Amino acid sequence: MHIARNWRVKRQRYSLQGELCHHCGSHVFPPRDVCPECARPAYDPFRLSGLGEVYSHTTVYEAPAGFQEQAPYSLALIRLHEGPLLTAQLTDVDPKEVRIGMPVEMVTRKLSVEGDEGLIQYGYKFRPRLLAQAA
Amino acid sequence: MLLKPSRAVGIAGYGAYIPRYRLPASEVAEMWSDGAAGLPITEKAVPGLDEDTATIAIEAARNALRRAAIAPTDLRAIWVGSESHPYAVKPTSTIVAEALEAAPLVQAADWEFACKAGSEAIIAAVGMVGSSMADYAMGIGADTAQGRPGDALEYTAGAGGAAIIIGPAANSLALFEGSLSYVTDTPDFWRRPQAEYPSHGMRFTGDPAYFHHILTAGEMLLAEMKRTPQDYRFVVLHQPNVKFPTRAAAELGFKQEQWQAGLLVGQIGNTYSGASIVGLTAALDVAAPGDRILVISFGSGAGSDAMSFEVTAQIEQRRNLAPTTADYVARRTVIDYATYLRYRGKLKMK
Repeated sequence: MHIARNWRVKRQRYSLQGELCHHCGSHVFPPRDVCPECARPAYDPFRLSGLGEVYSHTTVYEAPAGFQEQAPYSLALIRLHEGPLLTAQLTDVDPKEVRIGMPVEMVTRKLSVEGDEGLIQYGYKFRPRLLAQAA
Repeated sequence: MLLKPSRAVGIAGYGAYIPRYRLPASEVAEMWSDGAAGLPITEKAVPGLDEDTATIAIEAARNALRRAAIAPTDLRAIWVGSESHPYAVKPTSTIVAEALEAAPLVQAADWEFACKAGSEAIIAAVGMVGSSMADYAMGIGADTAQGRPGDALEYTAGAGGAAIIIGPAANSLALFEGSLSYVTDTPDFWRRPQAEYPSHGMRFTGDPAYFHHILTAGEMLLAEMKRTPQDYRFVVLHQPNVKFPTRAAAELGFKQEQWQAGLLVGQIGNTYSGASIVGLTAALDVAAPGDRILVISFGSGAGSDAMSFEVTAQIEQRRNLAPTTADYVARRTVIDYATYLRYRGKLKMK
């Protein structure tokens, strides 16, 4: 049970809320105290578009605790249009169909379930972009 | 009997979501009847391992917000109707509100009235906006319905949902013209708190339940509004299978070309609280300004909400701001019965 730890990051998990550094204009994800580009304080919350491309990917067969029921699944590095690179599961896609450069979009899905009585954790995953006009 | 707000309101935004996976009804028939059973639909939508009513509601709501072209914080209510809320205690609606970034200054609650929970939430939103308490309120109907293995419902119990944002008439894609609700205590379908699967009254679900409530609500709404079926281009009924809504629409005096656009059950199954509202989104996707749409939901237990809408010119510019319902219907990956059992959590891992 990590109630507080998960609760604290719900905005970044549910809707990709990052930060916009008002010093150098960089988009920052996940949110942090200091901008990784200019090393000055990064403050302003900014909701990222959720659009990006697959930078690299792998298929997980031996999944960690809480994820075994989903194996095999794709795990990818996603380069967001605003710049940040993040790690996320891919969903709604056959692992064999994933390729580097594939346009993807963020969706909010179940990340893990703590048994029959525990909490359900929700968060971002990425799927092949549904429509060209979503870009 | 006719419900009509003092302030003119309408649908400011709408959005649907249907999961990607499809279980052909022939797979169920093969498993339980050697393929001999008659098939009530072609195939049904099945949620993936990481989907539930909350995730379905979130994507439908995001699509509705895109079409409404408003900020999430403009919403004063987010109400989610479902019979498959992920938690027995802990609201789906706060998860949706947080994911939309509409929290914390918003009404949020979960509604339950079998398959009528979503339309009930929409009518409440009409009341809230129509009384000028708020400018925008959202009603959602979404479900990941379960059918007992081998039961008639296993063929049709699907997954999907839709969100409707009610707003002032000036920013509406379709004007709300009026609604009429008809409810009785009729035990056609139910599920007790600890039960995994619902029970139903077999043939009793037909005439005394579905047909009586749908037909009465529909006939009374048409009479009160002094309308005939010819005044409508589209009619959308709750759709537990193909046969029921087809027969009911014909008995009300509608023709196939009026119910075709909103009849999706053959391709996606019964989406329960989503069913009539997803059908409404499909009609809105192809409607022209001036078209009228009659929607009649049905929830077991039992009741129907009949609602009348007239499409405005704003639909032309705004419907392409989000994926259409047909886009989701066309996005399909067929699965077999074994994969279905896995995706629906029917395999015991521990």
